[in-house]
Amino acid sequence: MVAPGPGGDVHELSIALSLIDEAAGAARSEGYVRVMRVHARIGVLSGVVHEALQFSFQMASPGTACEDAVLEIEEVPIQVRCPVCQQVVQLPNAYRFVCPTCGTPTPEVVAGRELELVSIEVDDDEAASA
Amino acid sequence: MMMKPRVLEVRTNILKQNDQLARQMRDDFARQGVLVCNLVSSPGSGKTELLTKTLADLHARYRVAAIVGDLATDCDAKRLATSGAPTRQIQTDGLCHLEADMVARVLSDWQLGPLDFLFIENVGNLVCPTSWDLGEDLRVLLTSVTEGEDKPLKYPTLINTADLVLVSKVDLAEAVGFDRSTLLANIQAVRPGVAVHEVSARSNVGFAAWIEYLEEQLRAKRSAASV
Repeated sequence: MVAPGPGGDVHELSIALSLIDEAAGAARSEGYVRVMRVHARIGVLSGVVHEALQFSFQMASPGTACEDAVLEIEEVPIQVRCPVCQQVVQLPNAYRFVCPTCGTPTPEVVAGRELELVSIEVDDDEAASA
Repeated sequence: MMMKPRVLEVRTNILKQNDQLARQMRDDFARQGVLVCNLVSSPGSGKTELLTKTLADLHARYRVAAIVGDLATDCDAKRLATSGAPTRQIQTDGLCHLEADMVARVLSDWQLGPLDFLFIENVGNLVCPTSWDLGEDLRVLLTSVTEGEDKPLKYPTLINTADLVLVSKVDLAEAVGFDRSTLLANIQAVRPGVAVHEVSARSNVGFAAWIEYLEEQLRAKRSAASV
C-alpha cells in the first residue's frame, strides 16, 4: 500500500519518522525512555492518509522509544471563516470552499491543515524505578 | 507488573524541524532579496519545460538559479541546464517530495552569489509536497489542459496551498477537448481567489504575463523589505 520506492507515496513515512522523533524527544526530556501511546491530530487538508500513517508508524517505530506504542489519530475537519456571515464554519468536504450557510467563497482556512503531536502516554513506574 | 500511565502534553507540530529550518531559510532569502518559487504539479504537467524557458528568458536580465527534485534520474536537470542558468539536482531516491533540509544542503555548498530568482522544481506529485514548507515566497501549481478539468477537485490539498495556478499546455486545449470554464471554476472551488495564468511554453501564449508576474512579485518583495 505505501511501500517505499520510485513513485510510491511515502510522505506518510516521513511524517511518521518526524512524529516518532518528536514523541521520543518529549519523553526523554521528562526522563522517560518508553512511549506507550501517541496522540496526533491530523487535518483533512494535510493530505495524509490515516491508514498509511498507521502503517508507516508501525514500520518505523521498532528500535525507537515508540516501539509497541499505540498511535491514536484524531481527524481535524476543515474550518473556514465566512467573510459574509463572519462565522467560523465547518466544511463537509475538501473540494468546495463555500460557506454552507450563505454560499460565499471562503478562502480563509482556520483549521484542517494540522499535523500535530498532542500528547504522549508514558509509564510512570518506569521513572520511579529508574 | 502494573503500569502507571501518565499523559504528557506536548502540543507541537510534527514537522517542527522542517518548519523551523524553512523559517530560517525564508529569513535568509528575505535578507538576500531573492524571490523563491516552489513549482508543484503532478508528473507530466510541464514544470521542466516551462522552467527551462523561464530560466532562459530571465537569465538575460537577472541572476537566476534552479534546484530540481527528481525521483531517480538527472533528465530534468539536464534539460534545465540548457537554459544557461546554474542548476542543481536533488535526487530523492523515491521520496515523493522535497524537504527543507534537502534544499538547504544544496544551497550551503553551492557558490551562487547574489540572486534575484531561485526556482525549486518539486518532485512531480499532486499530494505529497503539501505540508513541506521550503521557505518559498510563492507556491506555483501547474495543471495542464491534458489532465482534464477535475484534478483540482480530486487533489484539493496541494492546490489549497498554492499562491498561483498556471494552466499549462494551453496550445493543446482544442486537441484534447479542454473545457476551460469548468477547470477555472474547479480551481476557484478549492482555492477561492487564487490568481490563475494560462500559459504554453511551446507556443508562448501567456508566457510574457507569467514573466511579468514574477518580476512584479520580486519588486513587491524588495519594496516591502525596504519600508
